[in-house]
Amino acid sequence: MKALVAMSGGVDSSVAAALMLEAGHDVIGVTVKQWQGADGSLPITGCCTVSDAEDARSVADRLGVPYYVLDHVEEFTREVVDRFGVEYLAGRTPNPCIECNRRVRFGILFERMESLGCDVLVTGHHARVVGDTGYRKLLRAKDRSKDQSYVLHMLDQSRLDRIRFPIGDMTKDDVRERASGLGLRTATKPDSQDLCFVAGDYRDFIRERFGDVDRPGLVVDVDGAVLGEHSGTTGFTIGQRKGLGVAVGEPRFVVSIEPEAGTVVVGPRAALLTAGCSLEEMSWISGRAPDDSAIAIQLRYRSEAVPSRLVPTAGGWDVWFDDPQEAVAPGQAGVVYRGDEVLGGGTIVAALQGVPA
Amino acid sequence: MTPPNTTLYLDHAATTPLRPEAREAMAPYLGDAYGNPSGIHAVSRVAKKALEEARERAAVLLGADHPLDVVFTGGGTESDNLGVAGPSLASGGGVVTTSVEHEAVLETAAFLRRLGRSVTVIEVDSMGLVDPLQVARAVGSETAVVSVMTANNETGVRQPVDQISAAVKEAYPEVLVHTDAVQAFVSEETTITSLGADLVTLSAHKFGGPKGVGLLHVRRGVPVEPVLHGGGQEIGRRSGTHNVAGIVGMVAAMEETVKDRDRFRADVGAARDEFEARLATAEPEVIFTTPAAGRLIQYSHFRIRGIDAETLLIRLDGLGVAASAGSACHSGAIEVSHVLAAMGLEREATRSSIRFSFGWTSRPGDGEVAAAAVVECIEAIR
Repeated sequence: MKALVAMSGGVDSSVAAALMLEAGHDVIGVTVKQWQGADGSLPITGCCTVSDAEDARSVADRLGVPYYVLDHVEEFTREVVDRFGVEYLAGRTPNPCIECNRRVRFGILFERMESLGCDVLVTGHHARVVGDTGYRKLLRAKDRSKDQSYVLHMLDQSRLDRIRFPIGDMTKDDVRERASGLGLRTATKPDSQDLCFVAGDYRDFIRERFGDVDRPGLVVDVDGAVLGEHSGTTGFTIGQRKGLGVAVGEPRFVVSIEPEAGTVVVGPRAALLTAGCSLEEMSWISGRAPDDSAIAIQLRYRSEAVPSRLVPTAGGWDVWFDDPQEAVAPGQAGVVYRGDEVLGGGTIVAALQGVPA
Repeated sequence: MTPPNTTLYLDHAATTPLRPEAREAMAPYLGDAYGNPSGIHAVSRVAKKALEEARERAAVLLGADHPLDVVFTGGGTESDNLGVAGPSLASGGGVVTTSVEHEAVLETAAFLRRLGRSVTVIEVDSMGLVDPLQVARAVGSETAVVSVMTANNETGVRQPVDQISAAVKEAYPEVLVHTDAVQAFVSEETTITSLGADLVTLSAHKFGGPKGVGLLHVRRGVPVEPVLHGGGQEIGRRSGTHNVAGIVGMVAAMEETVKDRDRFRADVGAARDEFEARLATAEPEVIFTTPAAGRLIQYSHFRIRGIDAETLLIRLDGLGVAASAGSACHSGAIEVSHVLAAMGLEREATRSSIRFSFGWTSRPGDGEVAAAAVVECIEAIR
């Protein structure tokens, strides 16, 4: 089999490439260049940096496989970065990594896999695929603490059929041990945390790139009382507690952001609780929604899935939590699980209060 | 060593193998003759003699009035920096250049603009050509130097530097003309006389010399402010200890290049023309960016509608054929070409464009092999 391995320069994709090679497959390594500095070079800090691409090249060289850097800065800028700015300025909390997977990376990589005559696409994601053609299931990784199935919920049967996650059955320690055994220089590299296109504070990035569109306004308590002023809504995210610039004697959290009015609504912890959320742009791994409405939903990359009930609506789906949940942030992905299995997912467009109709 | 699985190297415009004559000439200066030419003792004298003899031989090849008109540098980029910034910094005047120049010229012009100099960038037509009259009209009394490349590094398109120089000097005789002849020298005579230029940039590794060494031919009496400051080597125009082995190797390669040019043109021309004829026959969707007549003989620059350059190059690499898109950054990713954009090519066309560049090791039969490889890749992609 001929495999196209997406190599980020991290330890996971390095080992993924090595495992494919060990299994006797032909391997081509690629790094997708998504973002660049003003001078056209790769960024110095963040993820997907010059040194990451150099790490990937070094690993490919060590493994003796051909390696290429593919330039897709244009698509990434349009579909991910600009969209991130628009969403953020509209008071939502976008997840650019998911937008990137959905709108850019997988499209490019699957297309490239085919045009280069490869049979499968391989990534270093911590997730598992089981089952046969047409009945593939996407499962959480064996190492639950590193599970990345949340960012893969947009895959469908045809793509799951052509993708491999060789390290999905390994713990992070296993992965590092293999990398070190193979003499790969990425063995001890820390996991990347940052957005690949933002070095430092993403709020500074928003201001720099999209101009000083931030509007100063009022910080208002849930009961309507004006508590203070702020210099711009981009400084706030749902659930934020620190740096609100108000003091009312008990902790206050950001409950909602209204960028048009320039208003930031804060309240006590209890005010963060919501009964459910609405989802749009839903996709299902199996190609269709589950028959049984009892599911679990994961509302953020690093959180537990919570037991819920799934209800179809005119525009998408509503999810009602069995127990109220804190800090549901429009713009984030809502991913539907049953046990370890990803059923599908979409984008959270609103928090719901009250009870299902 | 060429990697064992690379069977056909068609990226000579990126760099070309070291000529054996150059390697042989360099060997003593990588060994016993290790002296620094700027010294008083016998060890230095050996190096100094080699350096100045190399300069004299280069001066002969370039038709220089005096050997000291040849300034040895660290390569094409440095020569371009000195050739453009040197006159501008010396006189305070500005720069007129074109939108298809190498970054070494464009970025130097941008730097001079930041220093407050006037900079005018002339657009090219759809064939990548600049109009001499348009250049001359952009020149004014505030202009120090006009920089137009002898031939483009991506497309191989030759500019009418002699006509540009004549048009400029008719209006402003004191304005200097610099040309980057880095790609042209291997296949064409590029002297200040043949080009009508005052400053000519050459880079050793494009014609079979080593990397990291080049020269700037500065016409007698032309004032050039240095861009590298230090010990005052090269009569103050380029400080830094001489790369003696590199310089000796470069000049040996220059001599061999001039001696070998007729043979080069015959073999490379046959390979290039055979390649284009076969590709055009086999592949009706092929578009050559510019007509062969206006290009350097070693260049083929083309695209095939619907075939992405990145995919084709990776496929070719898999078959052992080394080529490029003509414009790559240090990471190896293909960049959007400012040259093709300046020629008005649409995004799709720029992303499909490929450069094949033949060189002194190419054989006449390489064209046939290259065309067959491209056809094989295209069929596999489709």
